[in-house]
Amino acid sequence: MNRRLRTALWSVLAIVIALVWVFPVYWMVSSSFISTATLQSFIPTFFPVNPTFSNFAGAVADGSFYSALGMSVGITLTVVFFCLIFAFLAAVAISRFRFRGRKSFVIAVLVVQMLPAEGLFIAQYKMVSSVGLLNSVIGVSVIYIAAVVPFTIWMLRGFVAGVPADLEEAAMMDGLSRFGAFMRITFPLLAPGLVASGVYAFLQAWNEFTVALVLLPAEASQTLPLWLRGFVQASATRETDWGQVMAASTLVAVPVIIFFLIVQGRLTSGLVAGAVKG
Amino acid sequence: MSTIAARRRTRSRTPLLLIVPAIVILLLGMGYPVIWQVMTSFQEYGLAQQFGKPPTFVGLANYITLATNPELWLVVARSLAFCFITAFITLAVGTLLALLMARVTRTPRLILQISMLLAWSMPVVAAMTVWIWLFDRRRGVVNYLLDMIPGVDMNRFDWLSTPFTFFALASAIVVWMSVPFVSFSVYAGLTQVSEEVLEAAQLDGASGFNRFRYIIFPLVRPVIAIVLLLQLIWDLRVFTQIKLLQDAGSKSGDYDLLGTYIYKLGTSAQDFGTASAVSLLVLAITIAISWFYIRSLLKEDEAA
Repeated sequence: MNRRLRTALWSVLAIVIALVWVFPVYWMVSSSFISTATLQSFIPTFFPVNPTFSNFAGAVADGSFYSALGMSVGITLTVVFFCLIFAFLAAVAISRFRFRGRKSFVIAVLVVQMLPAEGLFIAQYKMVSSVGLLNSVIGVSVIYIAAVVPFTIWMLRGFVAGVPADLEEAAMMDGLSRFGAFMRITFPLLAPGLVASGVYAFLQAWNEFTVALVLLPAEASQTLPLWLRGFVQASATRETDWGQVMAASTLVAVPVIIFFLIVQGRLTSGLVAGAVKG
Repeated sequence: MSTIAARRRTRSRTPLLLIVPAIVILLLGMGYPVIWQVMTSFQEYGLAQQFGKPPTFVGLANYITLATNPELWLVVARSLAFCFITAFITLAVGTLLALLMARVTRTPRLILQISMLLAWSMPVVAAMTVWIWLFDRRRGVVNYLLDMIPGVDMNRFDWLSTPFTFFALASAIVVWMSVPFVSFSVYAGLTQVSEEVLEAAQLDGASGFNRFRYIIFPLVRPVIAIVLLLQLIWDLRVFTQIKLLQDAGSKSGDYDLLGTYIYKLGTSAQDFGTASAVSLLVLAITIAISWFYIRSLLKEDEAA
């Protein structure tokens, strides 16, 4: 077999695998545009020939989508904001200073990162309910920030260490205060790291299911993943309306997908650097 | 650099102040729950305690109950099997796809990468919903396509009705979601492997497998080791996927892994004492698996 032909065959294989991999995503979006009557047929429709928006209208009809959207946005903004501040301060401490207790702190951060929420949710439920914060933005956010902060500290640590301290020193020689040097010199260089960490925190908070399921039992305080699950269950009590269910899934997924595609270069390099190279 | 470091070592207040917020939030969100869980695992903490009766210290009673409960060991064994099988399939598929990415020209590679990114970015609940629709008993496209193969009767086959097909499906979904991370990481590692060395080996007559075994693999081994560990940890704690498949199929105990088992102990049985003891078992297994990873990161921190 000559080299050309072999390369072509590998390319075909790559494209076939790409199509298989993306198929569930395609199927979600495609089904969401197909009318309920067409989906009732036992022969699947592979392309929405007569696209309809009625599924989307049906999915948001009772208004619970908007309240879940509000809840998700509230929690996500809280988590991203505090997580970035806390992680940034801690990252500066461990990459710019040598101090007593530094090593214990680094070990604690690494160990905590491994603790699964799936093994802690009972205690977290008990704690949050005992202070009356079930169904509130604050209760869930505290747990989310604690879950996300360790990885974020680790990721930012690499970025802070990448900015040479000499630069800061030079600026201080030129008359800037330590704080001023930091804000003018180091901070702008950290922007990519902050973006990557912020996106990581955003995705975690936006998509999280387990903790939300336990800490937000009231229907009025559901986040989008909980809303979607409730929507599927409500639909299943009748004959599941797959068109509407897929429209609901699309509504939850598309913002994330778009966001993810925009920042992916930065995110994957940041994640890979954070997870693989430290 | 050394003078700066020396000066900073003496000013010890600042770094401590900087880590205070992170420590406080970690103690609140993780530290307190872990301690509470350890204490509760030694207490009788059931329905009566939910309604205000003070919990009583029972020593190792919860652990003894668990150790003698064959149901728990079945769940542990099932979880470990699920975790190892899924993690290894994910790693194998992810590595093969990374090799494929390295093999093809730019356009097919980009197509493959975008498709992986799309799968990676799907929120887990949305992904589960789609997969349940794909495998729907009556109108699912998978049964429809399989049924078209001559001699195969998949008409109205219910994937969620036997534990084996249930977990096979769960595993396939987890693999689908996790492979992109593995592929991108291993691909990043592969780009470090020098073209010249590979070509020289090829000229010397090394087969494709041997080139992978002796040249590529040793170079990407650190990446693969870490990705495998992360995958093992994530697959051990898998909860959302199993929970949502149970929503669509059966909630019986035969379909439980550790995550859903703890959830049921805590919510339906309201037995926080036993649930805490199982949770600690999960934590212990996780830390045992991840200890190597943490050690390697620590080494790197010291080198930095």
